Amino acid sequence: MLDILVSGLLLSGTYALVAMGLNLQYGVARIMNLANGEVLVLGALASFWLYTTSQISPILTVILVIPISFIGNYLIYRFLLTPLVRRSKTQGALEVDSILATFGMSFIFIGIMVSIEGGFFFYKYLSEPIQILGSTTSLNRLVAFLIAVLIGAGLYLWLNLSRPGIAVRAVSVSTEASGLVGINVPRISALAFALGGTITAVGGALISTFITLDASIGVVFTLKALIIVIMGGVGEIRGAIVAAVILGIVETAVATLIDPGLTLASAYFIFILILLFRPQGLFGRRAV
Amino acid sequence: MFRRKLLGLAAALTVAGTSVFAADMIKIGAIAPKTGPLAGGAVVTQWPNVQLWVEQVNARGGLNVDGKQMQIELIEYDDKTNPGEHIKLAQRLATQDKVDFVVAPYGTGFNIATAPIYGKFGYPMIAVSAITDKADELTERYSNLFFTLGTTTAFVDGVKEILIEQREAGTIGNEVAMVNVADAFGIELADRARELFGEAGFDIVYDKSYPLGTPDLSPVMKGAKDSGAKAFVAWSYPPDSFGLAEQAIIEDLDVNVYYSAVATSFPAFKGAYGNKINNVLGAGGTNVDDPVIAEYRDAHLAITGKVADYWASANTYAALQILEQAIEGAATLDRDVVTQFIKDNSFDTVMGSLSFENQVSNTFWSVGQWQDGVFRGVKGSNVDGAVSVRAKDGWSD
Repeated sequence: MLDILVSGLLLSGTYALVAMGLNLQYGVARIMNLANGEVLVLGALASFWLYTTSQISPILTVILVIPISFIGNYLIYRFLLTPLVRRSKTQGALEVDSILATFGMSFIFIGIMVSIEGGFFFYKYLSEPIQILGSTTSLNRLVAFLIAVLIGAGLYLWLNLSRPGIAVRAVSVSTEASGLVGINVPRISALAFALGGTITAVGGALISTFITLDASIGVVFTLKALIIVIMGGVGEIRGAIVAAVILGIVETAVATLIDPGLTLASAYFIFILILLFRPQGLFGRRAV
Repeated sequence: MFRRKLLGLAAALTVAGTSVFAADMIKIGAIAPKTGPLAGGAVVTQWPNVQLWVEQVNARGGLNVDGKQMQIELIEYDDKTNPGEHIKLAQRLATQDKVDFVVAPYGTGFNIATAPIYGKFGYPMIAVSAITDKADELTERYSNLFFTLGTTTAFVDGVKEILIEQREAGTIGNEVAMVNVADAFGIELADRARELFGEAGFDIVYDKSYPLGTPDLSPVMKGAKDSGAKAFVAWSYPPDSFGLAEQAIIEDLDVNVYYSAVATSFPAFKGAYGNKINNVLGAGGTNVDDPVIAEYRDAHLAITGKVADYWASANTYAALQILEQAIEGAATLDRDVVTQFIKDNSFDTVMGSLSFENQVSNTFWSVGQWQDGVFRGVKGSNVDGAVSVRAKDGWSD
């Protein structure tokens, strides 16, 4: 039982890292970023590449990744996505446009990554066994989990207590209304997009220490992130975290008690239940 | 105006260029994944060997086709691990690029799915990365398709023989823990293993599948550990072969036989785990002491900058050697004649002398083992140099 709880919680840390970034990008900047998984894999590639070529610890890579991915994502929003935001008349139109644009972007990312490393990002870091409450797990998963908790808590506090954080939440509620009360919506949206991309890239760098990725695997993470964001409620950081915990624990429980073959099925089953009975997501607001 | 002239000049030069060289060039088409789920395997096993072969052949002056030296022009495409994409590209190779011959695709499903289109244009396909028990049925249907890497049954049989030997030696009992990746490859092997292991008196005490790309394999490994079996068999793909080994190390899985299928033979496997994976068994194998293999591996490293894997790399190169020798032997670019030549002759390759019986070659390694930093063949069919199996003893450095 404790095994399930420990493994499940650690897995949910991974899922939270995958989904928190997309939640900000989709919930606040209103960009349905289909290149989310590729950004994650870019972070993983940085970690792998620096570790295998110059023995730089992935933890240090994370610190390097933060400014680079923040600036990179900011520029993407500023120059590639802002024109779409400007010309779209409704949110629906923006979603369609951003899906197409980021889908195209994902192929560019894949192409860049394949040209750097076409094979598996295969390296090991901190894969030492460690005992938690009598259950064996690996140190790298624990580190990723702790950083996920740190990011989640930090983000939650920032969103609720700081002035820019509250502005971000206001934009996620209504772009028109926040504009009317003097919030610089384009700037806040760009900030949210860049922050989301940064969290995703950091997640990738950490995840690559225990999951072997390759340049083309991004779409798997995009899908998982999408499920978690929709389950938790768009634009709700608490929702994403709770949804990640539910998925992590349920998948681990099903894998341990019933059959590992049913993990995906169980994840989608919960997803369907939530869509049926709470379509706005666990913490989502009903559309008005 | 000036620009137009320049363009015209460039175009004229290009046309002249091709017409001069066309006569002395032989076009070879290669389509395999560079992106998508199978890319990670293809960039280890398939692409470097294509590069190696083309460079080596061209360095020695090209192929000698009926007294004429022809340099190889390679046309390569990424099928994105998508059979539909592959078929479209195959059509393009045949009708637009007009290639003379092709390198067979990467992956069992891809070879089977594309046999009709390549067959329609008469290309001989010497498939390597394709393992199936339906080889006879398929070769009967497609007269252009050749198999060289063995059958599902042969691979399961190799593992079964090891289990029986180890049971006789007393290192394992009757209990076996078995897992498989839930896709066509893993399911086919696991089904066959249930039959064959059962016949041999083994009791599969833990028998589970997991979806491709499962992020956390720890429940699987904990389950296998709790079963208490001293033998662990995984019909796995990359990257889960890596993930399972990682979890086995974390959980300190106490077994005397540990087998994982595809990618266990990749040099990166040892690169990441070092001596922890000593005595791990996996699909494939090679005989590094064979001077021909050793020379091939050196060339592979020198030209592609990568260490050849310890399994299908050599077979992939051998298949290209067969194509090369068949074209030179048949002394023509006529594909039907070359196909017939492949059927009727034996070929001198890095895998030794290879020949086809009903379009199937029965020279291959089925099981190998990491022994002191080298993945050596321990079970195979018509191959020399198999070493004896060692029992796994812990996961420490």
